[in-house]
Amino acid sequence: MILVTVGMQLGFDRLIRAIDELAPDLAMPVVAQTGKGTYQARNIKTLESISPSEFDGMIKQTSLLVAHAGIGTVLTAQRFNKPLVLFPRRASFGEHRNDHQLATVGQLDGRPGIIVAREESELRDAIARGLATEMGSVAEETAARRARLTSAVDQFIRTGVI
Amino acid sequence: MTKVLAAASAGGHWEQMMLLRPTLEQFDVHFATTHPDLPRRAGIAAATILPDCNQDQPFNSLRCLFAAFALVLRQRPDVVISTGAAPGFFCVLAGRLTGARTLWIDSVANAEKLSMCGRLSRIFSTRCITQWEHLADNGRPGYAGNLL
Repeated sequence: MILVTVGMQLGFDRLIRAIDELAPDLAMPVVAQTGKGTYQARNIKTLESISPSEFDGMIKQTSLLVAHAGIGTVLTAQRFNKPLVLFPRRASFGEHRNDHQLATVGQLDGRPGIIVAREESELRDAIARGLATEMGSVAEETAARRARLTSAVDQFIRTGVI
Repeated sequence: MTKVLAAASAGGHWEQMMLLRPTLEQFDVHFATTHPDLPRRAGIAAATILPDCNQDQPFNSLRCLFAAFALVLRQRPDVVISTGAAPGFFCVLAGRLTGARTLWIDSVANAEKLSMCGRLSRIFSTRCITQWEHLADNGRPGYAGNLL
């Protein structure tokens, strides 16, 4: 199964429509969490919202996650060790308040297990690459950066110094 | 034992706070978020749910501001930490005004510039850190690693 999610806050019709159009060529079912979008999908199963605990149950059975470039989704994919295709929201299409998702994909492009599609036309290839990805464990550099921040927080609580 | 209030909105803010959970749980920590399913899923029994809000919603923001102050006055934490967004900032603000040590960790989503609450936290929070080294500016905000 491929699981598509646009996060808890805003609809993202451009992504749902593109996936709906690709779905007949994908050799597996697609389930999409659409938020408050208006596009009526024909080829995929859609749900407006999925509660966080249901989402955790579904992601376990998922081969690939396709999503807006929200950090919650990136961290969730990492937690379940699933490959992730990111398609950023654009302010110019009214999809978010600003273009921070473009900046996010700029920083994450090339990380293991993350494939970026900046345009609808790149999604087909990105999904194929995502499905072919072998997942390793959380990269060592990520673990080191994370350990640095957690020990800074620990020290701040104990001493007020960072 | 040091009392810590850890406030994070639903979504990525909360996911980032959960990565800090093992560190926070060495202390007497109380979590606050904006969606009741999140602490339930994480097995956190006594969390506080704050009304969600953002800068475009003045009425919700005011409700959330009162709820955050009520929470801080009830808990009287020694330390307040937030990974965003506005509801967490209100907790930081209330904490600072009641004498708590406060830490703003700007969300890793803000790779190009600090969030609006992050910019306010440069002034109102004891410490403010960004998760992107290129955004650090003489310790305000500082950089001390990254959760991603």
